Amino acid sequence: MNNKIYEISPGFEEIMPKDYRDLVNDGPFGKKLGVKDLGTFKELLEEHPLCAGCGLALSKRLILASLPSPENTVIVGTTGCSSLSFAQVAIHNIHSIFGNQNAVATGLKRALEIRFPDKTKDVVAMGGDGAIGDIGLGMVMHSWFRGEKFTTIMFDNEAYANTGGQESGMSQKGAVLNMAPTGKKYAKLPMPEIARDAGCVYSASVTPARPKRLEKMVRRAVILARKLGPTYIQIYCPCPTNYKFKPSESLKRTRDMEKSGAYQIKEYISPAAEELIKKFEEVK
Amino acid sequence: MSDKAIQQKIVEPEELFFKAKREKQFITGSEAVKESIKRANVDMAISYPITPQSESMHLVGDIYAQGYVKDYYRGENELGVMSAVAGASMGGVRVFTATGGQGALRAFEMFPTWAGARLPIVCAFFCRGLNSPLTIQPDTIEIGLLLDTGMIILHAETAQDLYDMILKAFIIAEEPDVHLPVAVFADGFFVTHTREMVEIAPEDIKLPPYNPYKSPVPVMDMETPPVRQMRDPFVMKSNYVSYACHASWQQEVRAAAERARKHINKYLGGLLETENEDAEILIMASGTAVSQSRAAIIRAEAEGLKVGLVKLKSLRPFPKDEIKALAKGKKAVIVPEFNITGWLAREIKSVVEDNSKVIGAPRVFGGMTMPPELILEEIRRRSK
Ligand code: SF4
Repeated sequence: MNNKIYEISPGFEEIMPKDYRDLVNDGPFGKKLGVKDLGTFKELLEEHPLCAGCGLALSKRLILASLPSPENTVIVGTTGCSSLSFAQVAIHNIHSIFGNQNAVATGLKRALEIRFPDKTKDVVAMGGDGAIGDIGLGMVMHSWFRGEKFTTIMFDNEAYANTGGQESGMSQKGAVLNMAPTGKKYAKLPMPEIARDAGCVYSASVTPARPKRLEKMVRRAVILARKLGPTYIQIYCPCPTNYKFKPSESLKRTRDMEKSGAYQIKEYISPAAEELIKKFEEVK
Repeated sequence: MSDKAIQQKIVEPEELFFKAKREKQFITGSEAVKESIKRANVDMAISYPITPQSESMHLVGDIYAQGYVKDYYRGENELGVMSAVAGASMGGVRVFTATGGQGALRAFEMFPTWAGARLPIVCAFFCRGLNSPLTIQPDTIEIGLLLDTGMIILHAETAQDLYDMILKAFIIAEEPDVHLPVAVFADGFFVTHTREMVEIAPEDIKLPPYNPYKSPVPVMDMETPPVRQMRDPFVMKSNYVSYACHASWQQEVRAAAERARKHINKYLGGLLETENEDAEILIMASGTAVSQSRAAIIRAEAEGLKVGLVKLKSLRPFPKDEIKALAKGKKAVIVPEFNITGWLAREIKSVVEDNSKVIGAPRVFGGMTMPPELILEEIRRRSK
């Protein structure tokens, strides 16, 4: 897109809100900034209302800093804690209903291809584990089966946090949560594998304790989706409020989960994706 | 995306609707849907099967293959389809879909969402009864359930109506002062699967394309500053400002539907049509109940009974002032319906001054046809 679109019309510099002026002057649009530059530019997420220590907030901040082309990205969010912070994201984003983000993203991506055949427009569907693994799973998987060219990112806090901490399909087996008063009876859904088998050319899981890894995965997922087809990333997002640990311990908990093997970093890459990754990562 | 593209000349809506020479074709209601979409310059259509709607979306698929529509696919279920057309509409293209009965209810959550997001989607609904017990037969109960979703609601009596209403619905939906979804209803089988003479415009002309930048809410394409915008108003905080914001948005959606009146008048010749409205007894109906009423009126006239007919074409906005005026001084207003709940009688009662004269009868449901004799009996009873 034309970055001039963000430029403020002459004479309006003074009356535009400061946030907007900062975005125009110091935002990441068109500048190819990344996670390592955090702290040096006006970020895309600001003043969100999520709890202190929330893994979703940290993950979203890292995702937004990792987008290869934020000036050409539209996000489709969905109901959940994460949706409460979409209003504070400086990228066009849609909130529709609960769990239908991948169906909405399908229509949106196809519409943008019709309207802008010569431009690259990235669509990223983002939702929690309830939206992606449970209520919206059918629509998520069908977008993968159909080979829709956008990325799906799951904020996996292993519970329905926004409604007060209920068990979800992504909760660990045995977890005692609301609606699972005697502990969850079945295992965490194997979503990275489901994504791979359902047609994602790239499927990965990661945690915000590894920002560089996360950035690399987001960039890979978004760029591969443009050319090849659906991609999936799952990010562990600890929820201090419902899992009842100190907000200051979120990252420690993340590392403990990695160490114990309860949360594994994974990356499945299809042969075609492998080829393409070589090309665009060499170019740098 | 389709790799073919048919060459059609873009003409003004007035030309396509009123001036172009029309040709008569003996076609089904489903085929009338196809003919309207051919000329509607639709970018995307998304389908999911449900009887009696399937055939219409098969035919839309055929014209996609011929190059009349740019993108088309079968969605995974009704909610998926209604979500995807929302995404496409937010992305700034003209979209069409159709459903009916159980399918409409499965997707229900999206309809108020479409209206709330001010999406000019056109959706055809082909009515059928709802479970339980299961039926696939025509029954208009679903209209009553969808009346308050914020959508504009039109009800076709015939295949001709269906052709005209769908085509005109795009233009009404996309008016900047309206910019709302339009639901075009037709009674399943009676309209979709029967043949009649339909007058249609030449197939080498089509409507002007949708201009997403005329939308009262920003199109989701990152081409429209400012960037910090949500397509649908998102007011989750519990404070006075958010209450006021939410309430005023809802009022604006309802007001936008009311503003559609002038466009419906212009393109459809009014929200309702009347015949012999001076008669002491009036029948008010929508959909194929109108056709059955016509048959009853012919027999009533043969018996010397004079009866007027009011055909409601638009149910949202509801022609309340017109109905109130028409009912004034009448002996009886008979409202025959193809459903058990009598939603149309309820609507009419809510606007007529002396509503004890509104007769919510006869009603058939579960897929039965409406014998004109039932209407005739009602006319005889009220004529005494
Ligand atoms: S409830 Fe949990 S997931 Fe939700 S915002 Fe608070 S910490 Fe984050």
